[in-house]
Amino acid sequence: MSASTSTPHLPAYAAILRHAVLLVTGALVLIPFVWMVSLSVKPPGEIFRAHFSLWPSQFYGVENYTKALTEAPLLRYMGNGLIVCTLILGLQIIVCAPCAYALAKLRFAGRDLLHGLVLIGLLLPHQVLSLPLFILCYQLGILNTYAALVFPYVVSPFGIFLFRQFFKAIPDDVVHAARLDGLSELAIIWRIMVPMALPAVIAFSIFSVVGHWNDLFWPLIAVRDQSLMPPPLGIMAFKNEEAGNDYGPLMAASTLVVLPLVIAFLAAQKWFVEGLAKGAVK
Amino acid sequence: MAACSFQSITKSFGPTPVLRGVSLSIADGEFLTLLGPSGCGKSTLLRILAGLEVQDAGSVSIGERAVDGLRPKRRDVAMVFQSYALYPHMTVASNVALPLRMRRLSAFQRFPLLGRLLPGTARTAAEIDVEVTRTCKSLGIGHLLDRKPGQLSGGQRQRVAVGRAMVRHPAVFLMDEPLSNLDAKLRVQMRAEIKELHQRLGVTFIYVTHDQAEAMTLSDRVAVMLEGELLQVAPPQVIYADPDDRRVAEFIGSPKINMFDGVVREHGLIDVAGSTLAIEVDALAGAPLTLGIRPEAFHLADHGGPGALTGSVRMVEHIGSDLFVHLDLAGVDHPLVARLLAERAPHIAPGQDLHLRVFPDRVLLFTRDGRRLRRRVESGRASVTPIRELAR
Repeated sequence: MSASTSTPHLPAYAAILRHAVLLVTGALVLIPFVWMVSLSVKPPGEIFRAHFSLWPSQFYGVENYTKALTEAPLLRYMGNGLIVCTLILGLQIIVCAPCAYALAKLRFAGRDLLHGLVLIGLLLPHQVLSLPLFILCYQLGILNTYAALVFPYVVSPFGIFLFRQFFKAIPDDVVHAARLDGLSELAIIWRIMVPMALPAVIAFSIFSVVGHWNDLFWPLIAVRDQSLMPPPLGIMAFKNEEAGNDYGPLMAASTLVVLPLVIAFLAAQKWFVEGLAKGAVK
Repeated sequence: MAACSFQSITKSFGPTPVLRGVSLSIADGEFLTLLGPSGCGKSTLLRILAGLEVQDAGSVSIGERAVDGLRPKRRDVAMVFQSYALYPHMTVASNVALPLRMRRLSAFQRFPLLGRLLPGTARTAAEIDVEVTRTCKSLGIGHLLDRKPGQLSGGQRQRVAVGRAMVRHPAVFLMDEPLSNLDAKLRVQMRAEIKELHQRLGVTFIYVTHDQAEAMTLSDRVAVMLEGELLQVAPPQVIYADPDDRRVAEFIGSPKINMFDGVVREHGLIDVAGSTLAIEVDALAGAPLTLGIRPEAFHLADHGGPGALTGSVRMVEHIGSDLFVHLDLAGVDHPLVARLLAERAPHIAPGQDLHLRVFPDRVLLFTRDGRRLRRRVESGRASVTPIRELAR
């Protein structure tokens, strides 16, 4: 979107000021990441040295990363994260798109009330619900399973709201044309509405995957079994039990955990812009 | 192919009545236009026929069967929308193919990837491809099959929308203001193409527009709607020359028909705008009525006096062969507009006095509440006025 926008004829001092502000804010966001990567290749002795250097005098990366991968089942944690995030995202889209379609395009009694309830759901932080959800999971007997990690997130008020706003912007005539062309309501959702709202789907996917990949709070409550732990919980277990205060391998593990997200985001970003451009046609 | 009929359709959106008991029959193969200003209910009527809206009361039938309660896809109608309503994420070929795919392939056969492996899918898909290509070629968009709607011009999108409607050979073709998003030149061209399409396909067309030029040039019959009521259904020339209602007379024709309040003086004479015209009328002396005079029903007179209208010229508009003269008459608050042949009226300038006479048999008489008063002499003889005046 902003890839090729430039402001012509900006005075030099304004350009410098603008870039300075951008660089400082960018640095504030990036420094912790850079530090994490930097620590992950340092030997224990260098980590707590008084003066800071970006690159270690003694490269200790191989040892740290080997330790991170071998001393705790890090790949297992990441595999868990992948399974949980994929299930959550898939089910969320399957549930949210029809809900959003009904709220955006169908006329029925109580529609506005239901939409109001969705908005209330949007206001509630998930943590507030953790105790009732824990009891519900206990009653269902799904505690300490993948189901416990997935089920509380399947209905996403945010997803319903976001899709509804996008679907509302699609002209009714398109829905009418699809009905005349012989599409059922479900076919309209999956063949017409969702593809037309692709930018929303991708944006929502990014939010959902990042949120649930990095989620610590609910997995901490829902699972005890190490073989079910998603990455952040795994790192925590790793820190306490395996590595102690050994920050090198801990940072190496953290780097490995965020790496898939960074790669996925860079890939999706390209798509995201493409999706926006496609969505812009009349 | 099928005839259609509406019986006493009513429809309200909330407290607002949109249709007030509309009944209308459309013959098989007819081109009927629903004409009216925006908000008169014409699009709603079309959507009720298509099954996209449900009427509050009344019934709709297509062919021999009542279609009330049938889903849109079961009604065998196709529709072209004002916004075209193309699917922006699909190519032209997929857009046009979709109605056929939905009808001829089963849900399993339409399943992404796996559907292709099922028996018969490939053959049916190939047949559909052939038909889509043929349809698109006949519309002149054969070279655009792989484009997305966003890469097409307005006229091309319009053709894709028509292609998607005609590819499955519907019994009834519905068009909801299909030309209003096009520029003036393209509109005239597409108008001709739609007319041609109707002649080629021979199916029933129901066309909604607020543009009287489209209605007049395209239709076999025009149905004029106003405020949810059907005022008159008749061939274009009758709608123009022999309207049933003052509102029809005022809606049709450009420039607008001149309306003057008059009073019957005695049999055969009407006082109007400070003059007395000799017009046959079945009304008692002293009866108030309204005279509707089309701009082209005037002709120049050399001198004033009984039977002539005299006023001062306010403005002259030249349109080539003819000119429109706006005349201020004494005692009338709005100017009279007359259409005169340019060669007969060469020296008209603003400010000068002008005398006009009227062809008495082309004066339309209305009661003050807007109903048409027909003269006995004229009944059965629809005076036909060329409608070329309307084609802009």
